[in-house]
Amino acid sequence: MRVGVKLLLIAAAVTAAGVLIGFYVSHLTKLAGSPAYSAPVQNAGSGHPVVNLEIQTVAAVGPKLSQNPDWVSYLVKDNGQWKRKTVWDLPAHATINVTIYNFDGASALRNPFYARPQGMVGNRIMVDGQPVDHIDPNDASHTFAVPALGIILAIPGVTDDAKNQCGYAPCQMSNAHRTIKFTFHTTTPGHFRWQCFVPCAAGWIDGFGGPMQTIGYMDGFLNVKAA
Amino acid sequence: MTVARRLLGFNLLTGAILGVVGWYVGWFGAHAIHGLSIEYFADTDYNELSVYLAYIGGVVGFLAGLGFLNYPLARLRGYPPSLREKEGAGVGRYFGLCTDHKVVGIQYLWGIGLFFFIGGLNAMLIRTELLRPSHQVFPAGTYLTIVGLHGTMMMGIMSSGILGPFANYLIPIMIGARRMAFPRIEALTFWLLMAAGAILTTSVFFGGFPTGWTGYAPLQTEANAGMDNYILFFALVGISMTLLGLNMIATVLTMRAPGLTWTRLPIFVWGVLSTAVLMVLAAPVLVATLAMGALDRTAQTSFFNAAAGGSSYLYQNLFWVFGHPEVYILALPGFAIVLELLPVFARKPLWGYRLSVAGLLGVSLLSWFVWQHHLFVSGINGDLRPFYMLSTELISIPTGFTFLCGMMTLWRGNIRFTVPMLFCLAWFFNFLIGGLSGVFLSDVPSDVTSHGSFFSMAHFHYTIMGGLIFTFFAAIYYWVPKMTGWELNERLGKIHFWTMFIFFNSTFFPLFIAGFEGQPRRVVTYAHHLQFLNDWVSVSAFCLGISMLIFLFNLVWSLAFAKKPAEANPWSSRSIEFQLPSPVPVHNFDRIPVFSSDPYGYGEGPVPNWVPAGQPAGRE
Amino acid sequence: MAAEPNAAPARPSDSTNHGMRVVVAWLVLSVIATPLVAIFVGPLFPPGNASAEGQGQVFDNQVMTAFVTPILCLLAVFFAYGLITFHARRNEAILDGPPLRNDSQIQLLWVVITTTMVLFLAGFGTYELLKDGSGGGQGPSPIALPAHHQDAFEVQVIGQQWQFTYRYPSLGGVESNQLILPAHTDVALHVTSLDVIHSFWAVELGVKADANPGVDNVAYVETKNPTTFHVRCAELCGLWHGYMYNNGRVLDPGPWHSWATQAAKLYVAIKPYMDKQEADGGAPYAHSYLPAPDRRAG
Repeated sequence: MRVGVKLLLIAAAVTAAGVLIGFYVSHLTKLAGSPAYSAPVQNAGSGHPVVNLEIQTVAAVGPKLSQNPDWVSYLVKDNGQWKRKTVWDLPAHATINVTIYNFDGASALRNPFYARPQGMVGNRIMVDGQPVDHIDPNDASHTFAVPALGIILAIPGVTDDAKNQCGYAPCQMSNAHRTIKFTFHTTTPGHFRWQCFVPCAAGWIDGFGGPMQTIGYMDGFLNVKAA
Repeated sequence: MTVARRLLGFNLLTGAILGVVGWYVGWFGAHAIHGLSIEYFADTDYNELSVYLAYIGGVVGFLAGLGFLNYPLARLRGYPPSLREKEGAGVGRYFGLCTDHKVVGIQYLWGIGLFFFIGGLNAMLIRTELLRPSHQVFPAGTYLTIVGLHGTMMMGIMSSGILGPFANYLIPIMIGARRMAFPRIEALTFWLLMAAGAILTTSVFFGGFPTGWTGYAPLQTEANAGMDNYILFFALVGISMTLLGLNMIATVLTMRAPGLTWTRLPIFVWGVLSTAVLMVLAAPVLVATLAMGALDRTAQTSFFNAAAGGSSYLYQNLFWVFGHPEVYILALPGFAIVLELLPVFARKPLWGYRLSVAGLLGVSLLSWFVWQHHLFVSGINGDLRPFYMLSTELISIPTGFTFLCGMMTLWRGNIRFTVPMLFCLAWFFNFLIGGLSGVFLSDVPSDVTSHGSFFSMAHFHYTIMGGLIFTFFAAIYYWVPKMTGWELNERLGKIHFWTMFIFFNSTFFPLFIAGFEGQPRRVVTYAHHLQFLNDWVSVSAFCLGISMLIFLFNLVWSLAFAKKPAEANPWSSRSIEFQLPSPVPVHNFDRIPVFSSDPYGYGEGPVPNWVPAGQPAGRE
Repeated sequence: MAAEPNAAPARPSDSTNHGMRVVVAWLVLSVIATPLVAIFVGPLFPPGNASAEGQGQVFDNQVMTAFVTPILCLLAVFFAYGLITFHARRNEAILDGPPLRNDSQIQLLWVVITTTMVLFLAGFGTYELLKDGSGGGQGPSPIALPAHHQDAFEVQVIGQQWQFTYRYPSLGGVESNQLILPAHTDVALHVTSLDVIHSFWAVELGVKADANPGVDNVAYVETKNPTTFHVRCAELCGLWHGYMYNNGRVLDPGPWHSWATQAAKLYVAIKPYMDKQEADGGAPYAHSYLPAPDRRAG
């Protein structure tokens, strides 16, 4: 075989290897991640920044939003539309007002400790307009916890006999839901992971597989950034 | 044979086609069954059964397409025994089923090399992620898959790293035979390993797996479908290892040439034998354990589920009953190669032949009695811990025999610093550090400090990479000229050695410190004050990767471009393979040799240790 | 010819007593190096002085390092001397070395010395281990019990994906996500898991105990002065294993009681639910989770 032909073959092999490696690495960076959502900040320049976060938790995310239509998920309201993004950019030293609409049924906490809200303002949450300092652990549907910031709260579920339950996401306000509100403060900048603690991934042992283990469904990050 | 005939015959192309067909048969077959299965598995959107049956169908189709079923079917129909697959010639036989043990050895070399580099690529990705403590290059779940892929690929593939390429090529030659005891099984072990590697590499398309190479249940049970790829990979690797070991034992026991008594065997053969015994006995435990894991994942059994009567300890113990002999499967061939090469480059006989053999067999035997040292803080029965501490410390005694015999072989020798010798000398340095750090880990109080931290990572990288991989390269530089007939460039070899040695130590020594500073294993984020240390390690790791590329360049350059014909005996070795032409002819020997002594007679005069049958022996 | 080995003429023999030189060099180096290592590297060992068990581990690590230093010195001297002295001369025809195959005295000496060293290490380790358990998890029936283990302050460490929470039976079962321990106290940590295998590692206290589902893994630690310490998970447990950490504190009695009162106040709201047994309608505290089809939350 002539030298030129050999060089060409080797160049082809190296290129092919490079392409495969590039494909592999880029696939990995996108695998099971989530695009970020930058929450709009009020009073950004002057005074104390405030962010209003609207979130919904759904029983089945549906084929339009995911390749796994039966998975539970968090969704965030981005510009009037519900998007499946669980990485949220927030400003540092700010007040974050959170509203969670839960469209999912109850499945009970494995560790009832999470039924006691803590880490947010007043150590309590508003459930359907009423302030509560705990929920019945059997009623829990999902939790929202940011362990590094000490925030824990359990979200009660829609009752089993409620009318007009939501099917696939995004769910409408006309579907049966519970409304949870609370406020917390961000301090120093950093990456703070958040997760759900209710093991609600039915079909997996311990209920912790699938959406519970995948960023973009029941897990995400708070990217707290300096102004 | 015409090109068309070759393409339509049983080869890699038909193997690939039938593999894909088999995959789809399994996939759709399982979907049909799954419809009758437990309802709420539907919520997972995965059909684990499909993954298993698809890949099993794929592997069966692949092997059938390569032609592995042809001979059994022919024999069932009454055809006489034959080795028809050995009769091919030319480059094509390397890409299919060939029963020539030398072809299988070279296939192994390239196949293992490919997956070694894939595993190495994953290592580079790990170190990229760890450049910064809190910035995420890869999402956390993907990072765990990368970590798992690196470990699993390396452990699974490199278990056959020396026995696959070098034992398959050399054992028949060293014992004076023309073939292995079971040539088709030999070829099967290679293609099983390749299928396994392909299955593992595709796990990223099924969501990856979060357990690392140890695959602990119950995390294994709740993982995504990529976990099934891991299970199938190790199951196939286990089968491949069992058959490989079986073949080695059968060959060495039954096919030695006349005059080759047990005390005249090259020490490399003893190393292969002690490794093969471990393979045959340990790998089936792995296959059984993973079968239980697969059942837990698909059929809702509860072997490892504590609430339903199982136990997570069951998995841990079963895995490590395999896992500890596994690491000696990795380490022992390294010992054997060092002891085999030192006499050649020190020009002295192997010192303490019987003690070396005792060392190899002693390590092999004792490796069965130490596995719970991986579980010291898991909550095992407290009475067991002093026992396992003792047994683990005891295993350093036979390991020490290898050191003694190697050092005394060098003593008063006439040492030539060729590239293979440099790698063997580096083995002493690396394995010493690895072994001594193992002494720390075997001491239970010290293990409480270091278990699950980067200290234990540094320990096993020093012993496995510093031990096995360095000797793997020693073996390559030593035997590839014999196997291919072309010389490897010595200058590039030395550059490869020095860059690899320096950057290997620069990468892994600081990890001892990181472990002592409290950095656990397999973490995607770490304490900020450890950033400098991790950055040093990452940059060194990238340089280590570059040194591997230097090796690859050397390989391609020497074998494809420079093409300097290698002499029959470039190292002036007395071992039998170097008395044959390079590359070794298909039938190995014109006449079967008759042995009269071991191949280490340096300084004992010009008396040959073997003669072809029919000639008078050199000595009684 | 295939059967002709590549035998070379032997090198003229050399009557220097290389062995004695190596032994002397090694003794000198060891005698210098071992105390230096013990003095300068010794104090740097983890985990530190925050607990009695931690101090025990530091001592262990120091003894092992002092033990290992002469071995390193031996090999360093041997190879430095040997590779230089016995180097083949360049451009010289290949010469064989002396045909030394064995020396049973050296073999016997080596076997005896290595065996003695190993037995000493095993004995030393066993003694240190059985004194107080060295902070490691010993399972449900620990045998290495510190002196005051009956009066130990009990804390249940609960590992779950992906946070450690802590229950304090002596405070009426208060559960908290903070590990706050009283100073100068014997503590018994009962480590368990609700799902997969985790490992509770209190770095500076020198405690490491795996959390297995359904198993009570007991580890003892005697706290010393008030301090903060890091808690990390040391067994891969899934997605957020790397993020499963928090900081614990050891506090003097006064501050500890203030914290305990606060934690109890926060806990009061769910205490009724935590005290109720699962059979009486309390929250399911199951280790495997197979929800009934009509209770599926997705």
